[in-house]
Amino acid sequence: MAGLALGALPAVGRAADAARYPEVEPGKPAGWFTDKLAATRWQAVTVKDEAITPFRDATHYNNFYEFGPGKGDPADNAGSLPTEPWRLVIDGEVDKPGNYALEDFVKPYQLEERIYRLRCVEAWSMVIPWLGFPLADILKRVQPTSKARYVCFETLRDPEHMPGQRSGFALIDWPYVEGLRLDEAMNPLTLMAVGMYGRELPNQNGAPLRLVVPWKYGFKSIKSIVRMSLVAEQPKTTWQGLAPEEYGFYANVNPQVDHPRWTQARERRLPSGLFSPNVRDTLMFNGYAEQVSGLYAGLDLRKNY
Amino acid sequence: MRYPGLRLALFLFGCLLPAWWLYEAMSNQLGPDPGKVLVTRLGLGGLIYLLVGLCMSPLQRMTGWAGWIVVRRQIGLWSFAYILLHLLGYLVFMLGLDIGQLGVELRRRPYIIVGTLGFLGLLMLAVTSNRASQRRLGARWRSLHRLVYAVLGLGLLHFLWIVRSDLGEWTLYAGAGLAVMVMRIPAVWRRLPRFNRKKRNELK
Repeated sequence: MAGLALGALPAVGRAADAARYPEVEPGKPAGWFTDKLAATRWQAVTVKDEAITPFRDATHYNNFYEFGPGKGDPADNAGSLPTEPWRLVIDGEVDKPGNYALEDFVKPYQLEERIYRLRCVEAWSMVIPWLGFPLADILKRVQPTSKARYVCFETLRDPEHMPGQRSGFALIDWPYVEGLRLDEAMNPLTLMAVGMYGRELPNQNGAPLRLVVPWKYGFKSIKSIVRMSLVAEQPKTTWQGLAPEEYGFYANVNPQVDHPRWTQARERRLPSGLFSPNVRDTLMFNGYAEQVSGLYAGLDLRKNY
Repeated sequence: MRYPGLRLALFLFGCLLPAWWLYEAMSNQLGPDPGKVLVTRLGLGGLIYLLVGLCMSPLQRMTGWAGWIVVRRQIGLWSFAYILLHLLGYLVFMLGLDIGQLGVELRRRPYIIVGTLGFLGLLMLAVTSNRASQRRLGARWRSLHRLVYAVLGLGLLHFLWIVRSDLGEWTLYAGAGLAVMVMRIPAVWRRLPRFNRKKRNELK
């Protein structure tokens, strides 16, 4: 593959990466990201016969309530968030807790490009080429204790740069919290992303470090992570706390279990034109059933939504 | 016909705004999900017309200018028209004209039920908005058209049940709705400031 060949030559590789996807706005990557990009394993995971969402749409149609409730608010408001330096705390039931500078934390990992479907709980979807490394690799390094059964993640709380956190009418109790069962976190599909479309993550997409869990609704894929805790009890996640009858802990993509306010059987694959609506059937586990259905054997997915 | 210019301007504004939105959608200026944006704008537009329409009689009382009442019916009809388009947009862009799914949504989703009731209320007001109906219904016309207050409540409830994470925008509209209702409490109505009288006194 051309990408692999070019990847061996850093300078050439960088020039090619910018052109890997059309109309990608160049970012201002941190030094560590540029260094890692050169050795990326391009297209490590792909989707078959599905078009990748245009970069502009993936970066201007976002739910990131820290920056406001509108779809365009994150792109408008996230630009000023400082993402370097960035620190990440790993604590709880682990043998090797730590408080890392991001560049030190990511040092051991090689970047992979993974093209995943992203299904939002609001019944729209995209296809996005992420750059990151498996969460399992991190967990193996920090060594969960025998008591650890869940991973709990936390987004940055920074009202000064996050206008949504200053809103007096926000229903969310900041910081945003998400969680996975330890075996879900260890699944090879679960990705810690630091980039997309051949560049670093734009701020509105969760820079500098976010989770990507492609078989779950998008809100599980928490953005701008500052803390990961290994815990014994199932964490109380943000959306679950807000509307437990609407958003469960699992939040697996499931066309058979409706959201109380709308059907989950179908989705609008964006961009969806006005007179050529791009509506398709939603797939069980967002099309990743083969890799993940084993995790839920014996679990009633209607009750554990 | 009194104030023909004002009426024509309002009519043109009512027509041109959705036409402009459609143009924006067709020239890819509304992002990757233009259908959703149109449906949202039409719904909010219908609510705004409703709220503005309900400001007309308090404004008339406060200023004494007859023009407010002259345009009230047209504003109400625009509210109906935008909500009709909102509903059609929902059918086409959200449901993809799947009528079977509409049946499911009508049974299962409280916000759809409430929205539909509100639309039926507006429909009733729109078909009885002509002079012939006013004559035929006589005194009952006034009580029938008090239905507009229920429509406002249903519309705001429909909106509240769509909110996911931030009540800011909803609170703004609900506050406006509360204000136009409070102005109608007799004790408040009597105390509304009367700018026209003061002005006339000054002129004397």
